Amino acid sequence: MEASTTSPRPVILDMQDITKRFPGVVALDSVNLQVHAGEVHAICGENGAGKSTLMKVLSGVYPAGSYEGQIIFNGEVANFRDIKHSEAAGIVIIHQELALIPELSITENLFLGNEIGGKFGIDWKKARQEAVELLARVGLDEDPDTQIKNIGVGKQQLVEIAKALHKSVRLLILDEPTASLNEADSAHLLDLIRGLKGRGVTSIIISHKLNEVEQIADSITILRDGRTVETMRVGGEETIDEERIIRGMVGRSLKSRFPDRTPNIGDPLFEIRDWTVEHPQIAGRLVSKGVNLTVRRGEIVGIAGLMGAGRTELAMSVFGRSYGNFISGQLYKHGEPIEAKTVQQAIDHGLAYVSEDRKSLGLNLLDTVRRSTVAAGLKRIVRRGTIDHREEFNVAERYRKALRIKTPSVEAGVDTLSGGNQQKVVLAKWMFTEPDVLILDEPTRGIDVGAKFEIYNIINEMAAAGRAVIVISSELPELLGISDRIYTLFEGAITNEFSAAEADPESLMRSMTSQRKELYAS
Amino acid sequence: MSFLKDAKKILGGSSSGGGGRQAGMLIALVAIVILFQILTSGTTLSPENLINLTSRYSYILILAIGMVMVIIAGHIDLSVGSVAALTGIVVALSMRDWNFPWWAAILLGLVVGAIIGAWQGFWVAYVGIPAFIVTLAGMMLFRGMNQWIGRSTAVTVPEDYQWISDGYLPEVGPNTGYNNLTLLIGLVITLIVVIREVMNRRTNVKLGAEVAPIWVVVVRLALFGVVIMGAAMLFASGRVGTSIPASGLILGVLAVLYTFITKNTPFGRHVYAVGGNSRAASLSGVNIKRVNFFVMMNMSILAALAGMIFVARSNASGPQDGLNWELDAIASVFIGGAAVSGGIGTVAGALIGGLVMAVLSNGLVLLGVGSDQVQVIKGLVLLAAVAFDVYNKNRGRFSLIGLLTKKPANTGDDQPTGASTEAQKPQPAGNAG
Repeated sequence: MEASTTSPRPVILDMQDITKRFPGVVALDSVNLQVHAGEVHAICGENGAGKSTLMKVLSGVYPAGSYEGQIIFNGEVANFRDIKHSEAAGIVIIHQELALIPELSITENLFLGNEIGGKFGIDWKKARQEAVELLARVGLDEDPDTQIKNIGVGKQQLVEIAKALHKSVRLLILDEPTASLNEADSAHLLDLIRGLKGRGVTSIIISHKLNEVEQIADSITILRDGRTVETMRVGGEETIDEERIIRGMVGRSLKSRFPDRTPNIGDPLFEIRDWTVEHPQIAGRLVSKGVNLTVRRGEIVGIAGLMGAGRTELAMSVFGRSYGNFISGQLYKHGEPIEAKTVQQAIDHGLAYVSEDRKSLGLNLLDTVRRSTVAAGLKRIVRRGTIDHREEFNVAERYRKALRIKTPSVEAGVDTLSGGNQQKVVLAKWMFTEPDVLILDEPTRGIDVGAKFEIYNIINEMAAAGRAVIVISSELPELLGISDRIYTLFEGAITNEFSAAEADPESLMRSMTSQRKELYAS
Repeated sequence: MSFLKDAKKILGGSSSGGGGRQAGMLIALVAIVILFQILTSGTTLSPENLINLTSRYSYILILAIGMVMVIIAGHIDLSVGSVAALTGIVVALSMRDWNFPWWAAILLGLVVGAIIGAWQGFWVAYVGIPAFIVTLAGMMLFRGMNQWIGRSTAVTVPEDYQWISDGYLPEVGPNTGYNNLTLLIGLVITLIVVIREVMNRRTNVKLGAEVAPIWVVVVRLALFGVVIMGAAMLFASGRVGTSIPASGLILGVLAVLYTFITKNTPFGRHVYAVGGNSRAASLSGVNIKRVNFFVMMNMSILAALAGMIFVARSNASGPQDGLNWELDAIASVFIGGAAVSGGIGTVAGALIGGLVMAVLSNGLVLLGVGSDQVQVIKGLVLLAAVAFDVYNKNRGRFSLIGLLTKKPANTGDDQPTGASTEAQKPQPAGNAG
């Protein structure tokens, strides 16, 4: 990268004081982002820092008027109504989940929505020619008639970029472009982005892979908790390396956001040994690679990992093999091997899994609080084949009071509750099964600070009662605040293990972003 | 205000899970009955017409009971008419050619229904083919088998078998001018309703739950008592030797049984769970496949029963039996407040919906309206009932119906933070590419 001069190229994009509110949450708080023409600008931040929201504001997914602040693109105030509108201006966003139709050919996908032709239908001959040219520009050597489903994810990514080029892109936004690519494909993609830069295309890249960011970015903007922390210029006076970026991403104080607790840790209660699981659709791709993990009585163990590291996949596959294809591994409880091939078996063995997505996996939103509370432990209130409604009501009332669930009555629909209270209902549902091992996946996602504190209290009480608790979280401060021990996960494998005393955000982040061997090498 | 609120509870608006919608439909049903009673100058509620109405529509209502469970679980069954027809011909032939006694024929019919149900349940639950496809195939398959086995002819059934449709209760006891057993049944039902209400109320008071004011309860019980006893007296006061028909009694027993199953058993709870959110149900330990299998199987058994009752009523099994029954059954369920997306609906609602359709058709026929126009009107009523719902829900106004049929509103309910958009659940990476 050439050394940047004191006055860089003109500003192509200037997002000024962008504030985006959702009911109860400020997702973006006066965020500023300046992107210069012809540069690769990386946006870094923890999960939930607001990166994707910012890009949605930019691309018109959240239309003008639904946020505060101003976007100036190419010297003009931009008020995008929708994606179509921002694309017309030359802003193309490529999401991590690619928007290609697997059953259609490369050509058909390239021109989907922008078909080439006149009044009488599509001019396929011309389209095909143009497809060949576009593919050449992105360096993809494939027959344009190939169906998308028959090419790998890396090549699909290139098709997406070719599609963007067809739309005469001026600003290309790539959201986690290399998250699902292998090293060779990633390297090719990064080369391509450099090549596009040479041809005057400006790129914004969102990535968790900091080594790649370090390699390719000219500028880096760091977001944290919906605010701009800083913008760094690579090649300036300060050396920008991974360490420096991590410090920006996690550098916040860990004050008394977590309740005090004196752990009382006993013998190993639950063990996962050599746990290997394959992706449910993609044969040969492992989402868990020989994971070994131990939780003791009364212990809270955290699992740290970035998106795509396989945290939820691990938890769900352990919980009654609810995810992926089981390959090998064994679970132990109190040192004895246990079989949990179905969710019911897992529940019977005293396992509980609170999913990260309470609306689609945790609750039936049509149910009342009463019915939700007993959903997993229904057996416990069945007398002679019949549900004991009185007992059901009592149980629901008991948990409503114990967890301080704010609801007019247990007969209220769970869809009328706030996120924090819904989460408490999910916790109640699993506490009612009286589990020995609790796996909590993002237990405080989308919940305000006050409710978070209450949830931490509940977690602590469960540990104090001698249960084994596993907490998966994207928020490092949360993990550091409540865990006794933390495992780091990267690409489906455990890369490191820290005790609460020795863990700090920087070392965790390092273990979350690189493989074990790199770790040992350094 | 509070008076109005309480008044709404008379028809059960306070109970959870579809009570409000049922109350609305119950009012509509009563209105329709009164309307036709006036238009037909009293024929609608005459004993003969009521008996006819019961034996003419009971099998549709039996189908509606099974269908509402299928729809709550998030499926559909298009094959019920064909299943009924196939069962009918098998039963008729078993009695004609193999000399099966009537009771053995009925057992055989139920077994046929169970086998067909297991077949459809297998494809839906264990292979994962949408019920729409499986039962569409079944619709053709079983219709064809009916015509194949029966060589597209009508096969008559013996007289003793016909009892399951139009059999009447015997005349016992003193000559009151009424059928005494029918009166007794009415009395027993009224008593059970009163006792249950009192017991529930006592439990709720003990638990400190909200209870309706006492006058509401009294009015409600008086209303139910008048309706039940009135119906019993009408059924009992027909021609000597007639009473509530056997098909009506079967329907009554099934209505109670399935209300109990859906409300009070783990299986019933699981049906709602699977329809409401199958992934959440699965992660709560519900065996989704088993639930789907039994829901589909149950539907076919009920269809077999309906087919047998129909054959008894028409004295013969024919190649066109059960044509379009699925449509009447499905319409009943949706008029009765079930949600197309599953998870919502009640047996009582489906029965009320079925009765609305039945009274409507019957009344129009009594008025001499042609069957072509009856179809048109039934279609419009179905559309209007559901449209009324949707309209009320969209306007966000108070709606008895909308209040209880609402699905979680996803519109405008965006992810509250960037967190939920960024870190996603394990998405099959293959879904986009």
